[in-house]
Amino acid sequence: MEKVRRVISVIVANEAQVLARVSGLFAGRGYNIDSLTVAPIPDTQLSHMTIVTHGNRRVIEQIVKQLHKLIPAFKVIEHEQMVEKEMVLIKFPIESPIADIQALCTAYNGGIVNVGTDMLIAMAADEQQRIAHFIEAAKRYHPIEIVRSGVVAMER
Amino acid sequence: MKMSGAQMVCEAIIAEGVRTVFGYPGGAIMNVYDEIYKQNAFRHILTRHEQAAVHAADGYARSTGEVGVAMVTSGPGFTNAVTGLATAYMDSIPLVVISGQVPLSLIGTDGFQEVDAVGISRPCTKHNYLVRSIEDLPRILKEAFYIARSGRPGPVLVDIPKDITGEIGEFVYPESVDLPTYKPRYKGNDRQIKKAVEAILKAKKPLLYVGGGTVLSNAAEGVRAFAELTQIPAVETLMARGVMGARNPLLVGMVGMHGSYAANMAMSETDLIVSLGARFDDRVTGKLSEFARYADIIHIDIDPANIGKIVDVDYPIVGDVGTVVAKMTEMIRERVDPDRYSVWRDILKRYDELHPLGYEDSEEVIKPQWVIERLGERLGGDAIITSDVGQHQMWAAQFYPFDRPRQWINSGGLGTMGFGFPAAIGAKVGNPDKTVINVTGDGSILMNVQELVTAAQYGVPVINVILNNHFLGMVRQWQTFFYDKRYSETDLSFQPDWKALARACGGEGYDVESKEQFDEALDAAIASGKVCFLNVAVDRFENVLPMVPAGGALYNMLLEHKEK
Repeated sequence: MEKVRRVISVIVANEAQVLARVSGLFAGRGYNIDSLTVAPIPDTQLSHMTIVTHGNRRVIEQIVKQLHKLIPAFKVIEHEQMVEKEMVLIKFPIESPIADIQALCTAYNGGIVNVGTDMLIAMAADEQQRIAHFIEAAKRYHPIEIVRSGVVAMER
Repeated sequence: MKMSGAQMVCEAIIAEGVRTVFGYPGGAIMNVYDEIYKQNAFRHILTRHEQAAVHAADGYARSTGEVGVAMVTSGPGFTNAVTGLATAYMDSIPLVVISGQVPLSLIGTDGFQEVDAVGISRPCTKHNYLVRSIEDLPRILKEAFYIARSGRPGPVLVDIPKDITGEIGEFVYPESVDLPTYKPRYKGNDRQIKKAVEAILKAKKPLLYVGGGTVLSNAAEGVRAFAELTQIPAVETLMARGVMGARNPLLVGMVGMHGSYAANMAMSETDLIVSLGARFDDRVTGKLSEFARYADIIHIDIDPANIGKIVDVDYPIVGDVGTVVAKMTEMIRERVDPDRYSVWRDILKRYDELHPLGYEDSEEVIKPQWVIERLGERLGGDAIITSDVGQHQMWAAQFYPFDRPRQWINSGGLGTMGFGFPAAIGAKVGNPDKTVINVTGDGSILMNVQELVTAAQYGVPVINVILNNHFLGMVRQWQTFFYDKRYSETDLSFQPDWKALARACGGEGYDVESKEQFDEALDAAIASGKVCFLNVAVDRFENVLPMVPAGGALYNMLLEHKEK
């Protein structure tokens, strides 16, 4: 069966162990996690997890059902029509061409967010695929460190 | 009312109507044991190993349909209980296991007898809790019982730090549970059920595939009535033995690796599987690409994750199998023509006549199958039969005439050796008026043999029928068939003196070497009123047949084994 990429949001009770239950489920049943982000939902006792995974149709169906089965899981959304964003921070040496980097960042919804004595940090926030392009382009300026956030998504 | 956390645990157990708790004390759970000492509302049975405590609670739950409760201490007490949790988890048995934990301030410091109980048990419990505050304790206890018995049942662990059982708090036991994130669905979707009924009416060779879920859901009566009304034949899984009733003409037999020829052929040739609380286990399906190639599938299961997990399903129905079958019966009553499936029933009957389940009896040596048949003749529908895991388990499943659900208790999913004896103790405690037999082997019985002492102390007269072939029989069988008879570490010729062993622990033992002796020993064992070993010397090299070799197609069965 053909493998597909899926973005799944899980709304869970914001309680101890819940991240371990979700990650343990993936580990124990041999499912893939490409990225996972989690943060509390404002003014609730809930957290929102966004998981990017891949697998064949049966695997994806099982992932969704098994997530549902977790007692603290409130809602599982298999995204179809979504807005997804990922953020990346990249550190460059201070000698880098700042104007070029600034221009590059602008193309990917970002900018230079910090400049120190011997380095600068640039940021971009965009779709996962475009973030990959941004990182590709940034490589020519010899980045020192790259940190990606993982995807967050919202159904339209 | 103000009380200690330990008292709260006891109060919750009482409020849930639990009559017997199985357990083993230790440092971190001592506060609770102190409260157990002070009360008379429930009984505590001290097993001699924590694993046995959980299996006993499990046997109690399987035989009575109630939630089983076990109690253990932290660290090794808990890790010993893990096999019991995993066993119950695989077979969806409702248990609440309470474990002590080091005090909150010591958690994470590698304290004495500290282990991450919720971390270890996460994949083998339906849900688990580490109690972090006395305020949460009453709610957690209530939720634990609710989660264990509702939906697809399963074991729940409540891990309680010692300082919380010692702390005083306000106790109000909740009347009900409100878990917005957990809403099991019992009623199936009517439109889906209707479609399924239409499919049944159109099918030419429909087959009821009856699984353990029908036992858990107490749906046997409804399933029998549905089969009776429609005259659709049925196969049972290992976990469902007894649901249809051994003498039911519609029961084709047990399906799967050691299922009957007719049952496996039925599964291979049916054009519509009606799966009732079964989960298409690999021991049932055999090679998946060859499994039920001509069949559409109706899959009724309370756990949506079971549906579509192994096979593609044409008519998925999420719901309680008893409720859904009742609805199907109502919808199909006026419309079904039972004669429609008579050709199909005749085909299956001919398959059964072609290769009936059987064995070649002998006058020189006792055949293990004979022992099971004899037990069936003697005890029939009254006894509760538990088993361990291996050849004896399969022979018991094949040859005992199970008449009702909850009569047959075995570790089907996890396949836990050492399960049978403590489970039998639990079953006997829950059903004091029933004869309880543990059909076991000379390998399995030694795992948890220490429970002889428990059974003797509490006067629980469980009879262990040891089908003794001086082998780890099932592994030996595979070595014979698939490993050129290299009997690696399966020869159990060095044996204890079984009679003496039973007697040393306060029980009674009998060595059986002939059929006559077996009858005498069984009579004597029942009359003794003691926990017993019936050490039955059986044919060393008898094999469990038919057999679908692992990974083979269900219809390719080994029906006999001839020495080359």
